[in-house]
Amino acid sequence: MTSRPDIPTTLPRVSATFDEYAISEIHRAAATGIYDIRGAGTKRRLPHFDDLLFLGASMSRYPLEGYRERCATNVVLGTRFAKKPIELKIPVTIAGMSFGALSAPAKEALGRGASAMGTSTTTGDGGMTAEERAHSSLLVYQVLPSRYGMNPDDLRKADAIEVVICQGAKPGGGGMLLGQKISERVAEMRTLPMGIDQRSACRHPDWTGPDDLEIKIEELRELTDWEKPIYVKVAASRPYYDTALAVKSGADVVVLDGMQGGTAATQEVFIEHVGIPILAAIRPAVRALQDLGLHRKVQLVVSGGIRNGADVAKALALGADAVSIGTAALIAIGSHSPAQEEAFRALGTTAAAYDDWHEGNDPSGITTQDASLAARLDPVKAGRRLANYLAVLTLEAQTIARACGKSHLHNLEPEDLVALTVEASAMAQVPLAGTSWIPGQNGY
Amino acid sequence: MTTAIDLARTPLRDLNAALHRLAPDTNERHWRVANPRGRHAVACGLQVPVTVEIAGHVGYYCAGMNKAATVIVEGNAGTGVAENMMSGFVHVKGGASQSAGASGNGGLLRIDGNASARCGISMKGIDIVVGGSIGHMSAFMAQAGNLVVFGDAGDSLGDSIYEARLYVRGAVKSLGADCIEKPMHDAHKAALHAVLERARLAGTIDVSSFRRYGSARRLYNFHVDNVDAY
Repeated sequence: MTSRPDIPTTLPRVSATFDEYAISEIHRAAATGIYDIRGAGTKRRLPHFDDLLFLGASMSRYPLEGYRERCATNVVLGTRFAKKPIELKIPVTIAGMSFGALSAPAKEALGRGASAMGTSTTTGDGGMTAEERAHSSLLVYQVLPSRYGMNPDDLRKADAIEVVICQGAKPGGGGMLLGQKISERVAEMRTLPMGIDQRSACRHPDWTGPDDLEIKIEELRELTDWEKPIYVKVAASRPYYDTALAVKSGADVVVLDGMQGGTAATQEVFIEHVGIPILAAIRPAVRALQDLGLHRKVQLVVSGGIRNGADVAKALALGADAVSIGTAALIAIGSHSPAQEEAFRALGTTAAAYDDWHEGNDPSGITTQDASLAARLDPVKAGRRLANYLAVLTLEAQTIARACGKSHLHNLEPEDLVALTVEASAMAQVPLAGTSWIPGQNGY
Repeated sequence: MTTAIDLARTPLRDLNAALHRLAPDTNERHWRVANPRGRHAVACGLQVPVTVEIAGHVGYYCAGMNKAATVIVEGNAGTGVAENMMSGFVHVKGGASQSAGASGNGGLLRIDGNASARCGISMKGIDIVVGGSIGHMSAFMAQAGNLVVFGDAGDSLGDSIYEARLYVRGAVKSLGADCIEKPMHDAHKAALHAVLERARLAGTIDVSSFRRYGSARRLYNFHVDNVDAY
C-alpha cells in the first residue's frame, strides 16, 4: 500500500520468536547444512546467583569486624580415602581446560595465578604439559573418555585425579577440537593426525555405569598407592542421583558443573539446550551428601558462571565446599579484552561476544595454537592478573561472610539467603525475599 | 629366584605397593601370584621389567597402565585387561572380557582365547593379538597400533577409526563408520609378521590368510556430505 503522510505508520517490529539472532542462524544453517559450533557456555538468561541476596546481620545476627576479625577461607579436599588430601588456601579452583583448547602460555598463566593464591589448577582433554606441571603447585589430572595423553607417570605426578563423566556445557557429549587447533604438538600429545576435526568419545572406554566406575576408581587408587584424592566430575543434570552415585563409586570429591560452564568447542544447540543451571543443582547435590551422612566428608566443588565473590559466597552458603572457575579465569588473564576490540571486529565479532574459540584466531593468544598469537600472552603478567582476580573473589566473599557473622566461609548457610524470584526460590530452596515461602515445601 | 605371593593371605594393596617399589635393577625379577580369585587391579601400574605370573583368573584392569613389565595371566581376564598399557607384554592364556587393551599406548597384549566387546577401543599404539574372536565395537575410535584377530570380528569393527591397522582372518560381521577393507600388500604382511613375532606366534599361521581394515579418512573433517555419520 502506498504510504500516506497523513496516516501514522507503525514502527518495524522484530518478532520475539524470530529475532535477529534466530533469523541469522536459520540463514547460516541453510547456507552450510551443518550445525553451528562455538566455544564458551550458554548465553541465554538463566536463574542464577544474581537472583539471590544475603540478609546480612540484624537484631538477631552479629557481624564480624570487616578488617579485624578473622574469616578463614581454607578448604581440604580428599579427606574420605586419600592418604594425601590437598589443602587449598582459598575455596576457588581453576577448572579443567586442555592444552590444545588453550595455548601453552595460557596454561602456564593459569598455573602461576593459582599457585600464587595457594589453589589448584586442572589439566584437560589432551594430557599434562610440562609447563603446567612446573607452574602449578597443585595440579589435578583429568581422566577423560578420550584418554588423550593419559599415562601412569603423569598420573603419579598429579596432586589429585579427576574422573570426568561429563561437563556442564554438554552433558552427554564428548570433547571437540577442530583442525585449526590440532598443531603438531597437540597432535603428538593426542596420537592423532594433524589438522583433523577431533571429536572425543563421550563414554569412557573401559567402564560403563557406577558399578564399573567403583572398580575403575579402585584401580586408580591402586596405581597411585591410595595417595591421591579422586574427584568425579559430573554435569548438572540429575544432581541428586549423580552425586549419590559418584559417592557410591568411591569419590573423595564431587565436582558439579552447571550449564553456564564453558567449553572449547561444541554445537550451539547442545550448549543452550542440555543441562540445568548451577543454581538448580547445588541443593539436590548437597541433599544427596546429607542423606548419605557425608556432607563435608565428601567435598562438593561447583562451577558454571562464577564471576565474583558474591557468587562464591552464595555457592558456599548453599552447601558447596569450593567453587571452580574457567571462563572467568580466561577473562582474568586477558580474554575478551576491549583493548583488542579492533582485532575482534576484524573477526566479525566484538570483544564481549567472542565465542569462536574453536577457530584458533583468538587475538589475546589464549584459545589458540597459533604460535604468533600465543606469543602475545605474557604468562607472568597474565598469571599475576589471575592471582589478583582470585584475591578479589576471596576478599569479596569474606566481606559478605563477615557481614553475616561468619568466621569461616564454610559457615555461610542457606539461612543467610533469600531469593528475588519464585524460580530462584524453588531452585535454591531459600525463601522468597520478605516471606517465609519456598515453593514446593510444606505443601505449597 | 621367584617371589611368591598368595593373595589369599596378602592384601592386594600390599602386592601392588611392593611391585611399585621395585627399582629398575631389582633382583626380584620373577613374581608368582597365587589365588587371584578374580580380584580387580592385580599387578596394575608396574614400571620395571619384571615378570609377574598370575595363577588363575583375574577381574577388571589387570596389568592396567603396564610399563616395561611382563604379566602372564594363567586364566581369564575381566574388563580392561592391560588398559592404557604403555609398554611391556601382557599374555592372557584364557579369554578376556570387554575393553581389552583399551586406550593402550604401546607394548603387546596377547589373548589366547576370545575377547569380548570393545577390544582395542581407543587404542593409541598398542599391539593386540587375539587367538580367538572379538566382540562388537572393537577398535572403536582406534588411533594407532595393530589389532590382529585369528578368528571373527563382531558388529561395527573399527567404527570412527583413525590410523590403527586391523588384521582379521575370519569373518567381519559389519564395519563401523569410516572403516573399510584395504589391500593387503607385502609391506602389510611383513608388518603383521613382525607383530606376530613379538607375540611369539610367528610361523604358526599364514599372514596371507588375513584381511586388512583401516580408516577411509572421510570423517577426519566436518563436511555436509557426511552428515549421516555425525
